[in-house]
Amino acid sequence: MLIGIPAETAAGEKRVATVPDVVEKLIKLGFQVSVQSGGGNGANFSDDTYRAAGAGIIEGADKLWAASDIVFKVTVPTSAEVELMREGGTLIGFIWPAQNPELMKQLAAKKATVLAIDALPRMLSRAQKMDALTSQAGVAGYRAVIEAANVFGRFFNGQITAAGKVPPARVFIAGAGVAGLAAIGTAAGLGAIVRANDTRAEVADQVKSLGGEFVKVEYEEEGGGGGGYAKVMSEGFQQAQREMYAKQAREVDIIITTALIPGKPAPRLITAEMVQSMKPGSVIVDMAAERGGNCELTEPGQVVVKHGVTIVGYTDLNSRLARQSSTLYSTNLFRLTEELCKTKDGIINVNMEDDAIRGLTVIKDGEITWPAPPPKLPAAATKPVVAKPVTPTPAHGEPSAPMSGTKLAVFFGIGAALFWLIGAYAPAAFLGHFTVFVLACFVGYMVVWNVTPALHTPLMSVTNAISSIIAIGALVQIAPPLSLLGSVMDRPDGWIRGLAMLGIALTAINMFGGFAVTQRMLAMFRK
Amino acid sequence: MMSASLSTVSYIGATILFILSLGGLSSPESSRRGNLYGMIGMTLAVLATVFGPRVSMAGLPWIMAAMVVGGSVGLMAARMVKMTQMPELVALMHSLVGLAACLVGFANYIDPAAATHLTSAEKAIHEIEIYVGILIGAITFSGSLIAFGKLSAKIGGKPLLLPGRHFMNLAGLLVVIYFGGVFLHAESVSAGMVALTVMTVIALLFGIHMVMAIGGADMPVVISMLNSYSGWAAAATGFMLNNDLLIVTGALVGSSGAILSYIMCRAMNRNFISVIAGGFGTGSGKKPATSGDAQPAGEVVPISAVETAELLREAKSVIIVPGYGMAVAQAQHTVYEITSFLREKGVTVRFGIHPVAGRMPGHMNVLLAEAKVPYDIVMEMDEINEDFPDTDVAMVIGANDIVNPAAQEDPGSPIAGMPVLEVWKAKTSIMMKRSMATGYAGIDNPLFYKENNRMLFGDAKKMLEEVFVALKS
Repeated sequence: MLIGIPAETAAGEKRVATVPDVVEKLIKLGFQVSVQSGGGNGANFSDDTYRAAGAGIIEGADKLWAASDIVFKVTVPTSAEVELMREGGTLIGFIWPAQNPELMKQLAAKKATVLAIDALPRMLSRAQKMDALTSQAGVAGYRAVIEAANVFGRFFNGQITAAGKVPPARVFIAGAGVAGLAAIGTAAGLGAIVRANDTRAEVADQVKSLGGEFVKVEYEEEGGGGGGYAKVMSEGFQQAQREMYAKQAREVDIIITTALIPGKPAPRLITAEMVQSMKPGSVIVDMAAERGGNCELTEPGQVVVKHGVTIVGYTDLNSRLARQSSTLYSTNLFRLTEELCKTKDGIINVNMEDDAIRGLTVIKDGEITWPAPPPKLPAAATKPVVAKPVTPTPAHGEPSAPMSGTKLAVFFGIGAALFWLIGAYAPAAFLGHFTVFVLACFVGYMVVWNVTPALHTPLMSVTNAISSIIAIGALVQIAPPLSLLGSVMDRPDGWIRGLAMLGIALTAINMFGGFAVTQRMLAMFRK
Repeated sequence: MMSASLSTVSYIGATILFILSLGGLSSPESSRRGNLYGMIGMTLAVLATVFGPRVSMAGLPWIMAAMVVGGSVGLMAARMVKMTQMPELVALMHSLVGLAACLVGFANYIDPAAATHLTSAEKAIHEIEIYVGILIGAITFSGSLIAFGKLSAKIGGKPLLLPGRHFMNLAGLLVVIYFGGVFLHAESVSAGMVALTVMTVIALLFGIHMVMAIGGADMPVVISMLNSYSGWAAAATGFMLNNDLLIVTGALVGSSGAILSYIMCRAMNRNFISVIAGGFGTGSGKKPATSGDAQPAGEVVPISAVETAELLREAKSVIIVPGYGMAVAQAQHTVYEITSFLREKGVTVRFGIHPVAGRMPGHMNVLLAEAKVPYDIVMEMDEINEDFPDTDVAMVIGANDIVNPAAQEDPGSPIAGMPVLEVWKAKTSIMMKRSMATGYAGIDNPLFYKENNRMLFGDAKKMLEEVFVALKS
């Protein structure tokens, strides 16, 4: 089947749905790929690089749409574009079916099959590789920090230079979703002091892991709204939240807001008074500008200065990093294509039994299938498994926790009984040896605990070599002097000598072999 | 000829040298000197015996002949053995000690001179010593031979579980005790010989049966246990011969092996008895009770050698976790090449070694040392576990159970509570494996399904070579 990549038509849009690297991969899956001439220009991919990757180049959108079995797009198609679409074709890209009912009808009339990448069931961990919302939000979060740095008059990182001390920039990030987290990481990477807040308390750890500090709202309420989004919070909570924002506004230099609630205008987090309270030269980047903005004074698409604060309301942060956005987006689409074409023969199969694909498919052969039923989730995903507190094992060489009293008493009791038995019945000569034995066990215990675990194998081979000391037993048997034999007449010399010689030979293997191989091993350990 | 006192003093000297020898192993720097002490001690002990009052000059040619034959075989073996075969060699050597203990015991029993000047109580003790010495020796001998067979893959690694095996062992023990009584009351040497032989056969069978029932990855415990037995066999022989040097040395080796077994058991969070009883996870034929969510949700994301190389190249810090698979694939040299390449590029590369990685204690350390990996970047589990969150890439080579997060996350898992290397806390973990098969414990590894985990399928050596080629290009 032929995959067509038209040039994006939306104003200011510089992304492209597929980059040359991914063209190669799609061809490996058995597809043919055609790109509209100039389609990659905005993201700095020339027609030649597409050609080199094996794609065909088609002049003009009309021809491209007409030729393609499958169309990959980034932004929501216009009705003019849908007109160009082939009857019964397939379209993959952002659709936002809830916001674009007219478009849905038009596509259905074309008997099309439409996969809306924005309708992906994000909570399926299997779907993450296709999650374009996440990949695009990550890029936007990064770019938001860069835009802030661009208009901010100071360094991000604190420095002490010959020319004086520079304090680090303080950045507050409202909303720790994907974009927020990317912004936290980027700002922290530039050396700023980063704080962040989110209504979902469980993201606190993620904020910390990226080098940010999580600012809590002093109010008890759970804010997870399902699907990785936040929900609208109660009035009491919002009041507490406003106080917290007002406090942050007075303290920080840069605010980046990323708060969105699905299907609703962006929540107003930063009021005009808060902007007024900020230090002159401060910056606000409002990533929710397209949906009305989190800041009261945001003008979508514009950079404005209000009360000495620069408010960046760009709605095209992704196009401002078009090459990166396109690369990630096209990888998401490629992963989706892989799922659609498991046979790798260049034919897609929209398998409605598959949770991820069912969610994505908003129109199947002209029939509107949106919204999809909620996917069957494993029960485990909703309830985190409570990890059993695992008792830490003591580190090597450290004494383990002392035994309980009764255990210890029993232990000593048994020991005492054994010793009493031995003392009562054993002859004196035996006791002498027994003393040596017990003490040697203790010496061995003390010495061996000090051996470093790295040398456990040499320890075994050297103890092996040493245990060939048993040779002494064989040595004293082989030919004892006559004085020791005394009056014994019927000693089976031949047998004993045979056994002893064999014993000596065997232990000699160990003696020489053991020490030699230990030497060989130890010689290898080097710094 | 030395006097008896001189020879005893030499024995004390040898004892001290042996203790110093083990003490030297506390660090790699002092270990070589430690080994030297061991050699000197052994030479001293043998010379003091040969030239001591209990050996006549008539025996010298025999001794020389046996020493030369045995010694050359030993040296040859030491030179030829590959480092991956160390567990086999050690097992084989244990069996030799066991066999020698048996031989010395039998020779002592048939030697009428050995017990001429003993009182009846002393004689009884002496005979118990012979009996016990041969018993331990025989178990060590046959058990080690089976361990050798399993380690060198001459015998399948799967545990062999006979029905009613615990009862068989118990019956064997009772028979051994019964014949012990017969042996003590035997009128003549030949009558005692029967009891001794029956016991030896049972001990041999017991040794075989015991090790057959233990699976491949429990070998570190088995091999340390046999190490311990070979020590106790030497100590028993020492009692039999009234020789303190043998007793001390045997006790040193015995306690060393016992400690190693303990460390190994603790590293698997398992009871020593349950390891020796054998048959982990397959005991009663039913799956171990796991909580309902044992089947990890999520997807396995494969990765290619080229992508692995990219991840490594872009990483600032890398921790490599080797396992038995690295030894099997002989991949340690390639691992070293990659390590030194990355280190030259300024990447921090370290190794995290789980105590039971491989088939004997310290197995991985020796392999890495052989491949010239400097020992100061080879860390123990306890030293490195906290560093995973700050690590970019954790690369697991041929290991499975020792990096299984179920040990911490799933209280119903059969390996719950076993200390594991927390590779999943690294930014990305790469699992090199031949397939999706489960590890020794036979349980699924949720690590495969973690979001930040990538699977690099294929033979460890081949894949690592491809990674290295990709790194260089």
